[in-house]
Amino acid sequence: MTSMETRTIAVLRRPRSRSRSILSSIWFALGFPFFLLVLWGVWATISPQKFFPSPITIFQAFIKTWIGPAFVDDVLPSLLRLAVGIVLSIVVGIVAGTVIGLVRWLRDLLEPVLEFFRAVPPPVLVPILMLIFGPGDATRVIVIVAGAVWPVLLNTIEGVRSTDSVMTETARSYALTRWERLRFLVLPAASPRIMTGVRQSLSVALILMVISEMFNNSSGLGYRITYFQTNYLIPEMWSGILLLGLVGVLLATIFGIVERRVLAWYHGIKEVERA
Amino acid sequence: MTTASAPVPRLRSRRQTHGLRKLLLGIVGIAGFLLTWELIPLAKIVSPEYLPPASTVLGVLVTEFMDLEFWRNVGRTMTTWGVGLLIATVAATAIGTIVGLVPALRRFTHTTVEFLRPIPSVALIPLAILMFGFQMPAALLIVVYASFWQVFVQVLYGVADVDTVARDTARSFGLTRAERFRNLVLPTALPYIMTGVRLGAAVALILTVTAELLIAVPGIGRIIVFARSAGDVPTVYAYVVVAGLLGLIVNLVFRLVERRVLSWHQSVRGEDPA
Repeated sequence: MTSMETRTIAVLRRPRSRSRSILSSIWFALGFPFFLLVLWGVWATISPQKFFPSPITIFQAFIKTWIGPAFVDDVLPSLLRLAVGIVLSIVVGIVAGTVIGLVRWLRDLLEPVLEFFRAVPPPVLVPILMLIFGPGDATRVIVIVAGAVWPVLLNTIEGVRSTDSVMTETARSYALTRWERLRFLVLPAASPRIMTGVRQSLSVALILMVISEMFNNSSGLGYRITYFQTNYLIPEMWSGILLLGLVGVLLATIFGIVERRVLAWYHGIKEVERA
Repeated sequence: MTTASAPVPRLRSRRQTHGLRKLLLGIVGIAGFLLTWELIPLAKIVSPEYLPPASTVLGVLVTEFMDLEFWRNVGRTMTTWGVGLLIATVAATAIGTIVGLVPALRRFTHTTVEFLRPIPSVALIPLAILMFGFQMPAALLIVVYASFWQVFVQVLYGVADVDTVARDTARSFGLTRAERFRNLVLPTALPYIMTGVRLGAAVALILTVTAELLIAVPGIGRIIVFARSAGDVPTVYAYVVVAGLLGLIVNLVFRLVERRVLSWHQSVRGEDPA
């Protein structure tokens, strides 16, 4: 009752309150980070810490370090490898997961082995893969795929397996072909689980991108950050951490947009159920 | 009567045979995997220098199992993992509950959380080295940072998920704040917290091993680095298998604990109707 009443009042006053609500959401969004930055800055000026330079210093170092040739030499190749690795993981995971999920004996056969591979902490695969495939761009992509494919794969298997049996039988009765069933029933039914897997994969992929570059000293974002640390270039090191954070935020944002697109129907159903 | 009772045992036996089939196929799968691993280096598809056959690696593993130093290293890894996970869980539950229960705090911290959460914790490795040197606290910093967010986000969801009718009812019946927390918020949030801890446990293990690999904190990860630089490839593989087994045990234990703690909850009860 009360919520209904407040809603009608809000509708009546919309023109004036909208600008205020935008202002207040900006205030809520940026107030606290701004406060933290100011606190950090003040703290860094009052008692300068060796390892915690002020935000302004880091910001200057960020511009000096990353905007220019370093962006083309180190950042772009890293991001490219990351993107290729993620796309490969998703494609391989969904294709293999759909096949394994649909064929029961195959699933029973492979499940224990796959459970083991999922449980292996991906970073330990880096030394092995470097050994087998040698250092190089391809190996780094393989490292990313070798770690990031499992969440997609296992979630796809689980999603495909738990397709509603009534719907499967209905689709059969209506004589949908195998492809049609895959396209209009199995994959959409599995998509919420697949997206869960993809979200887990993204963070693993980013971690592995950094590790693969920290391991064999050569080039890339991870290598740069380690280089700054070993040479005591503290503000530059912080700017690298900041950049990796931005990459993480960027990935999360892209994922959020894609997920909202792909799962629009699913969130719609959830909303109706909840109401 | 006879027609009604007949299908029941048949159904049960079918379920049993499927369970047995599944077990057998699983064993066949593992055997097949080991056989493929054995044959690839023997057939020279990959040089045995880089991929030693499964039998060699398992042999190394057996001798390692009898070495006390091996168990000490496993203990070191699991200590870092356990301490890190514990700190992260306690901190995330405490802070998450407070932030989750106060809407204003939630709105204020939203952007900060959304920015800090996706930062890959391995990016903090250089900072950890600077602050703590090549010691266990450096590994802890990374482990805690990574697993903290897993639990924190789940706690936020969980605390916010309290049924509004139940909350209003509890208020009308005059439950105190502490009682409401104990009887309403906690049971609602518990499944979420358990999910967070399970995810956090897996992430914590990944980052423990990563820290050992890259910072050379004592543990199985450091053995892998040492064995690799000594050219002792079978040992590298043996410890990778050990890392996998540890991960498997962690997953299984946490799934078991989750089922136990949440045996009253719909999600667990619904899974197994029998």
